[in-house]
Amino acid sequence: MTNTIEELEKDATVIFLIGTNTTENHPVIGYKIKKNVRENGAKLIVADPRRIELAEMADVFLQFRPGTDVALLNGIMNVIINEGLQDKDFIEKRTEAYEDMKQVVEKYTPEIVSAITAVPAEDIVKAARMYAAAEAGSLCYAMGITQHTTGTDNVKSCCNLALLTGNLGRPGTGVNPLRGQNNVQGACDMGALPVTYPAYQAVAVEANREKFEKAWGVKLPTAKGLMLTEAINAAYHGDVKALYCLGENPMISDPDSHHVEAALKKLDILIVQDIFLTETAQMADVVFPGVSWAEKEGTFTNTERRVQRVRKAVNSRGDARQDWQILSDMTTRLGYPNSYASPEEIFAEIRSLTPSYAGITYDRIEQTGLHWPCPTEEHPGTPILHTEKFSRGLGLFHAVEFKEAFELPDEEYPLILSTGRQLYHYHTRSMTRRAIALDTHRPENQVQVNQKTAAKLGILNGEKVRLTTRRGSIELKAQVTDILNEKLVFTFFHYGEAAANVLTQGEALDPIAGIPEYKVCAVRMEKII
Amino acid sequence: MLKLTINDKEIEVPRGTMLLDACQQAGADIPTFCYDPDLKLAGSCRMCVVEVQGRRNLQASCVTPCENNMIVDTESANVVEARKIILELLLARHKLNCMVCEKVGACKLQEYCYRYDVKESRFAGEAAHFTREDPNPFIERDYDKCIMCTRCVRACEGITGAQAINVKDRGHHAKISTIFDGKLADSSCVFCGQCIMVCPVGALTSKVSMGKGRPFEYEKVLTTCTYCGTGCMLELNVKDDTVVGVTSNRDAQLSPVNKGALCVKGRFGWDFIHYKDRLTTPLIRENGQLREASWDEALDYAANRLNAVKAQHGPDSIALFSSARVTNEENYLAQKMARVAIGTNNVDHCARL
Repeated sequence: MTNTIEELEKDATVIFLIGTNTTENHPVIGYKIKKNVRENGAKLIVADPRRIELAEMADVFLQFRPGTDVALLNGIMNVIINEGLQDKDFIEKRTEAYEDMKQVVEKYTPEIVSAITAVPAEDIVKAARMYAAAEAGSLCYAMGITQHTTGTDNVKSCCNLALLTGNLGRPGTGVNPLRGQNNVQGACDMGALPVTYPAYQAVAVEANREKFEKAWGVKLPTAKGLMLTEAINAAYHGDVKALYCLGENPMISDPDSHHVEAALKKLDILIVQDIFLTETAQMADVVFPGVSWAEKEGTFTNTERRVQRVRKAVNSRGDARQDWQILSDMTTRLGYPNSYASPEEIFAEIRSLTPSYAGITYDRIEQTGLHWPCPTEEHPGTPILHTEKFSRGLGLFHAVEFKEAFELPDEEYPLILSTGRQLYHYHTRSMTRRAIALDTHRPENQVQVNQKTAAKLGILNGEKVRLTTRRGSIELKAQVTDILNEKLVFTFFHYGEAAANVLTQGEALDPIAGIPEYKVCAVRMEKII
Repeated sequence: MLKLTINDKEIEVPRGTMLLDACQQAGADIPTFCYDPDLKLAGSCRMCVVEVQGRRNLQASCVTPCENNMIVDTESANVVEARKIILELLLARHKLNCMVCEKVGACKLQEYCYRYDVKESRFAGEAAHFTREDPNPFIERDYDKCIMCTRCVRACEGITGAQAINVKDRGHHAKISTIFDGKLADSSCVFCGQCIMVCPVGALTSKVSMGKGRPFEYEKVLTTCTYCGTGCMLELNVKDDTVVGVTSNRDAQLSPVNKGALCVKGRFGWDFIHYKDRLTTPLIRENGQLREASWDEALDYAANRLNAVKAQHGPDSIALFSSARVTNEENYLAQKMARVAIGTNNVDHCARL
């Protein structure tokens, strides 16, 4: 997030949510948005293919066809520019390439966009005027924006909209991705990415490589690494022979499970480090028992870049070992001797190589976490980014054209399938299936289907159905509802027993981010007789 | 500024300050049930009454604005008598099974009865009984212990925005209820447990923690939630080296993101920690089956196999998936291992999934 969570409760006067089902996936952020709308009268715009809970209290609800995000956002910008509602001063002083963007956006009139997205033109106009008029407009998104073959384009469009209206760098504004996992921000910050060292220092830049070579005392690889989705494909094709999998469960979380299984089976060796024998660990050649978060010291970085402490509450059982010790032992055995006394000592090394974390110490975050960038021990942290200038100097507009999703419905597979999360489970359910109350409450997967579609297929609420795509099929219960339209069905990816990712496609990814298109694929649904 | 004399102590407070605040600033310990600094004022329990010179009635301090030159006594004979009667009235319908109550030791009713030496109620008689099973797996609702402070109602609306519960009926029959007095699961309840957090007695407790330990038996360890990216702080309740529950801390310094508010996963989703099939020993596959191994054996085996792959196919034939689940320190070590020990940039994690 460029801004903080608290601003969504206190400072934002217009909140634009697109592709985030906040009350289910970031419940506490959802509470804050509701509070701001109810108590301070903040305006709420919700854009989502499903009438999610927050849509019920929205001033404008844009129920758009999955995968048409760029068109929708271009349409909103078209109205803003045509009505002269853009922030001309901000555009002039803080941005560049405005004209290129404008040229593309000109074509996306509300009428044309309405035909693409199935959103009424007047709602597009209403949303545009509301967001543009905001004293402080906050735009929040989650994986509804990113999990597309056009994910990067979608994010760029969100940035365009915020730049166009000057909604950046002030309290209550911002482009705010709500990140789904406890430490996904931190994992990225730490360089657990194929193209960057810690703090997004690009591997491809020689000076960065030299810096880390000096610090670590070895020659470092220059070749660009493989992204997770690419690595699975490389394993399938025999180019990756060994995989070390730490606290991940690709058998359930990655697209096209049959393909993942085939890929993992081709490996010479699969090493899994986890706390449970997950679906992936069951295929492993070696399994290392790590410890849960309640048994370890360390830090997590949340979605607003706040670095906070994780504290050990209980001792681990049996021979389970601290994850940092396992990694340290493995590193030594792989020929790079190293040893650390504690997570705090590792953090000290992180600080020395990660400029945005340099000023953060365990002592300083003993009570209240700090927002990076925090370059020195005197620095108070940075709750709001880009107040004076952007990382690259001027904010860059991108001219983004709408592209259709990779796999659209056809006669054989007539519906669109989107997958996502729900409130009561988490990711691949390795933890929440063992949290008895949560699993008792939501023990099995369901597919949400519009009542008219269900009626046409002779399906009653709660009946078993089969979903089939070009990749495979699963059987699960139908939840008949009117929160989505007749062309769309939605299911949850948590459940190994009816795994949504058996259905999803991993063939076409976002060309830059390598993210799978979990929000759109073509599916057939039938009643099981 | 307004000048007040509270228990013979002079104090200045800004205009708009409530009397309860002023009394607390003056060092008085005012008992409260319905008052909660994070919720809308109710002024309904009257436990916080104080005597203000020149006023005909005792004043509920939580809803009385300070006025200049007020002279206040917070523990006068009248005040104490009023509080005793309030406690007796509450006891008339509060089920007294303190010996098996989850809240024992942290119950405000228990604390104040002890403080004001209220041993029994003179108002024993026809008390309404409400207890009815609510089959949800999260929240135990025992309304025979409810003192009708309505903090749960106000937390449900004011913190979570769920508006799942409200007061039904009046007088002796008043109770907290969902719409049509149904089950929580059929209401707009999202099982965040904010109602448990604010309940001053044992009417609302966690079913997941039931029987596992009472507040005075466990220690609280403040940590960051392990579920989504919001970064809520929560307290793991630890008894005998075992996590027995989750509570939250409402201090903005200690819990800056959520200020005590949690969701259903944070508050009730902790018992996987000690689940019976946790991995406790390294495993190696042999003849198609995973068998137990020592750490040295497992680490050597894994390292030798990786080194063999590297020797034969090069470092880029190895990939490492780190995790959005583990700490910064562990992610740092994971990517470092890939780069310095294996010699590849093939390191990624589940950010994309």
